[in-house]
Amino acid sequence: MEMTRREFIKFTGVGLAASSLGLLGFGASGEAQAAAVRPFKLTHATETRNTCTYCSVACGILIYSMGDRAKNARSNIIHIEGDPDHPVNRGTLCPKGSALLDIVHAPTRLRAPRYRSPGGTEFKEVSWDFALDRIARLMKDDRDKNFIAKNKTGDTVNRWTSVGMLAASASSSETSYLTWKAVRSMGMVVFDNQARV
Amino acid sequence: MSDLQSQDYVRRSASTMTPPMARSHEDQVAKLIDVTRCIGCKACQSACMEWNDLRPEIGHFEGSYENPMDLGPSVWTLMKFAEYENEQGNLEWLIRKDGCMHCEDPGCLKACPAPGAIVQYANGIVDFISDKCIGCGYCVKGCPFDIPRISKKDHKSYKCTLCSDRVSVGLEPACVKACPTGAIMFGTKTDMKDWAQERIVDLKSRGFEKAGLYDPPEVGGTHVMYVLHHADKPSLYSGLPDKPHISAVVEAWKGFIKPLALFGIAAAALAGFFHAITIGPNEVTEADEIEGARVLRESESEKSP
Repeated sequence: MEMTRREFIKFTGVGLAASSLGLLGFGASGEAQAAAVRPFKLTHATETRNTCTYCSVACGILIYSMGDRAKNARSNIIHIEGDPDHPVNRGTLCPKGSALLDIVHAPTRLRAPRYRSPGGTEFKEVSWDFALDRIARLMKDDRDKNFIAKNKTGDTVNRWTSVGMLAASASSSETSYLTWKAVRSMGMVVFDNQARV
Repeated sequence: MSDLQSQDYVRRSASTMTPPMARSHEDQVAKLIDVTRCIGCKACQSACMEWNDLRPEIGHFEGSYENPMDLGPSVWTLMKFAEYENEQGNLEWLIRKDGCMHCEDPGCLKACPAPGAIVQYANGIVDFISDKCIGCGYCVKGCPFDIPRISKKDHKSYKCTLCSDRVSVGLEPACVKACPTGAIMFGTKTDMKDWAQERIVDLKSRGFEKAGLYDPPEVGGTHVMYVLHHADKPSLYSGLPDKPHISAVVEAWKGFIKPLALFGIAAAALAGFFHAITIGPNEVTEADEIEGARVLRESESEKSP
């Protein structure tokens, strides 16, 4: 298309006027509108009930992870919020509980047992087999040495007072019952839990 | 229209016409912040950042419980702590959760020049639509509560969405759900006002005679309301405006100057049109050409004597 300089300036002017009118509010208001509300991110996430472990209140939490647990999908926790059906907190959480997601994914989080040998200066990562075997070995040795079957008057007491145990705070009644059973069955009397067993 | 099925717009920035709304029976929602029950634990702040995937940079301790010290593009809600010595000489620690008030008549939306960058849904929530935001900062000037903040990374404006993504699927906002003392409640605006009245009666019976609801009529009421022990002096609560108002500049610019400007443009266009048909363009006549050639000749002969 042939265009003289005068025509070019005319067209430019018309274009400027049209775009100015559009910006001043004469634009088509019925234009297609992009999706506005951010899509809800938990629609098909897997919801898992659990208990917050970070104090003795033991609030109920809902853990949301991506994927539907299909064979080829690897779950990853994407959101944590309070469990409205839990009688302790009824959906609420404290600031620490509200920020649990970052505790779960903290780069400094302990992921394997660590061991510092007697007299050693450094912790090194060890396998669960090593850790559990060693704990069991030491417990057995200590129990064999210090177990008190009968007291001074000859009554059977079956006490093991030289070793104690601290259990986690996130205990339901059932886990508390199991903790009690396991520990008491060995005669251990010194044990406690942040939430009281 | 697919995105309008659940959330009709009632207002849209920089648009003279609001899209027609077929469904008109949506309840107005509101968040009620009862500052008298708040213990300042900041669970709401954590929950907000967790849900909205916001992680501001870790700063430094500034000698205050406020952390961080101001709202930001990644800090949509912030606990503000004020120490107030009352008439009896007792210290009162007034803690207020700051954030978008979701005004019924939003100053940000009024000031915004980008079509559809700020919208108000039928349930009352005022939302920023980031892909339409041009980062001009007019919303910051238009806001009576100094809430929006422009991100230095993408140059777009951000603020609390009242968790529009949660509310649109029938959930309460994240801060409301987290609050362990029940200081933040969520429901229909009517229910929240009723609940506030119960709280106010209770507070008055406990000696807070000036207790009341903060739902400022100057901005048409808000969808985030406060129960205050000193409702006569909102400014005690870290500068909550006593009488919030949209800046006079914004009101004038978007109020009467805009139609005047439109009139001016229309008048110029009309004047041009009538000039064209009555007088028409300047034509070069034969006489003009001869005269022009003569002037040119004379000037050239003067230059080369």
